[in-house]
Amino acid sequence: MNLALHDIRHNVSRFVLTAVGIGLLLMIVLGMSGIYRGLIDDALVVVDHIGADLWVVQRGTRGPFAEISRVPANLEHRLRAVPGVASARTFVSHNVQREHLGKPLRMNVLGLAWPEDKGEWVNLIAGRPLGQPHYEMIADASLGLPLGEKLALGKDTYTVVGITRGMVASSGDGIAFLTTRDSQAVQFDQSGEAIRLERAARVQRVRVNDVGRIQPSFIERGGGPSSSIPALASPMVSAITVRLSPGVDPAAVAAIIAAWPDVSVHTRDGQEQLLAYGMIDKARRQLGLFRVLLVVISTIIMALILYTLTLDKIHDIAMLKLMGARNTMIAGLILQQALLLGALGFGIAWYVGGFVFPKFPRRVLITPDDLWGLAGVVVLISVLSSLLGIWKAMRVEPNTVLS
Amino acid sequence: MNPPPDNTPAIEVFALTKTYGSGNTEVVAMKDVSLRVAKGEVIALLGPSGAGKSTLLTAMGLINPPTSGRITIGGRPVLDGPKPLVDLRAFRRHHLGFVFQKANLIPFLNAVQNVQVALEINDVPARAARRRALELLDYLGVADRANNLPSALSGGQQQRVSVARALANDPNLILADEPTAALDSHRGRQVMELFRKVAHERGAGVIVVTHDQRSLDVFDRTLEMEDGQLKSSQKPD
Ligand SMILES: Nc1ncnc2c1ncn2[C@@H]1O[C@H](COP(=O)(O)OP(=O)(O)O)[C@@H](O)[C@H]1O
Ligand SMILES: [Mg+2]
Repeated sequence: MNLALHDIRHNVSRFVLTAVGIGLLLMIVLGMSGIYRGLIDDALVVVDHIGADLWVVQRGTRGPFAEISRVPANLEHRLRAVPGVASARTFVSHNVQREHLGKPLRMNVLGLAWPEDKGEWVNLIAGRPLGQPHYEMIADASLGLPLGEKLALGKDTYTVVGITRGMVASSGDGIAFLTTRDSQAVQFDQSGEAIRLERAARVQRVRVNDVGRIQPSFIERGGGPSSSIPALASPMVSAITVRLSPGVDPAAVAAIIAAWPDVSVHTRDGQEQLLAYGMIDKARRQLGLFRVLLVVISTIIMALILYTLTLDKIHDIAMLKLMGARNTMIAGLILQQALLLGALGFGIAWYVGGFVFPKFPRRVLITPDDLWGLAGVVVLISVLSSLLGIWKAMRVEPNTVLS
Repeated sequence: MNPPPDNTPAIEVFALTKTYGSGNTEVVAMKDVSLRVAKGEVIALLGPSGAGKSTLLTAMGLINPPTSGRITIGGRPVLDGPKPLVDLRAFRRHHLGFVFQKANLIPFLNAVQNVQVALEINDVPARAARRRALELLDYLGVADRANNLPSALSGGQQQRVSVARALANDPNLILADEPTAALDSHRGRQVMELFRKVAHERGAGVIVVTHDQRSLDVFDRTLEMEDGQLKSSQKPD
């Protein structure tokens, strides 16, 4: 005869309600670890998927994700000449926040090095990769842009030709993939008036300068488009991604590039470390600590619940002791209820979480490891929290039956 | 282990004294009480409220050790003053049965389970325990309520179940503290007669604290307590 079960059956509704309460609490613990995992996973999505072995960035920076990095686009040609390099591509990425259909639309614009890279590597769930060098985009589902949707960015309009899932930047904003040219056009878009003012300022600078006085045709040149002035640099890119030939040791190639005085180089692992332990480090630790706090609070709440359940039975426990029941029987009654409560709560957390978490704006990633971990924590919580009740039960004198 | 010879008393106590508290608040609840109850004997313990009856009964029940004195149950010394000579809890489950004014049934177990639990505490396997519990309920005339929770039983029925529970492990000694106080006189008398039957049929010593003068003829002997001391020992007419 199992006393724990008989007691529960006698008080089913109360037990179930308590389990629901504990379940929701555990769901928050689970969700917190899911948010934590999601944060790390989101931050690493691009690094993991883009398939770059090396990231070449502005000298001394830890870019392009953790901080701003600027390198000239033609760096890719130099890199292609390094032995062991299979391909090198420009990497351009920046955030834009615009309004679309009256709602704020925040996205991360990532440049694809057309024509080598048309976006075949992204997780397409609908549509196709880019098919032309301009005016097409692949959008993440989280942006809420359907296939065929037209979006004005800068002076041009882009059509959504492909939809991805789970492609987000470390901020959690969905990524829009454009060709590098297009994404630079979006990034460096200036109004006509700004361009006119810039040209006028340029003319003014040349005019008051030796160069302008000696060679008046420069003044004319200064009033024209930037692209016609070779002395003005072309727009910079954020980084160059390098893919190595099979069998080549990334460290060896990185050592060669690192010796160049104008750039720094990070391996894929290095880049992941920079993201996880640099950029999102504080958020990660914040969530981690919060998770610990929630586990402690759950333990305390569960201990109080079990203590109350024990107090309700204290007279019966005294009677059992009077009849000569062993301590193991009485402790077992409390411990079994604690474990049942924990197990039921865990099941509720898992089940309800399955409905609730996908509705969150950012990814809540529940891994099997985390589920097992939580199961272990629940067992631990249950055992720990039953100790208070057991302690109380051990101290009760059998003759309290008489009072 | 040899079974004790038949003339071994169910319980023997020598010079039991119990004081509660100390200093100004000291209360001597029981003073120099000695008695002996034979197997199969059913005894009434009388006395005014505060006389020390419950103190004596709980001392004999090994749940409220005396300050001094000795207790021997079934020929086995179990307490020397407050000092236990055996595992008291194990001794209780094997040799003692209790009945109180309130039935003290476990509210989440039905009648048969309430008896069964006493047997399972003594390591009787569940099936055998259930069979024996049902026999006991039958013996006490409440077999038809076996599957009812205590809350669905009348006071008298609850008390019968609690008597069944006290009998479950065939104890040497049954201690009852005002078991009929909450019952009407008719039901009270039935319970008292039950004790007599149990004592005589099963050979257990039974001590019953009672105020019910009308049922005294049921007992083999009555003892009276006053101010913590045993006054007299007499046979009823
Ligand atoms: N736990 C206790 N602490 C202090 N005094 C007690 C306690 N239990 C009983 N007493 C006192 O001991 C005396 C005997 O009580 P009790 O044995 O309950 O008497 P009875 O059962 O005959 O009414 C009373 O004066 C009572 O107040
Ligand atoms: Mg009393």
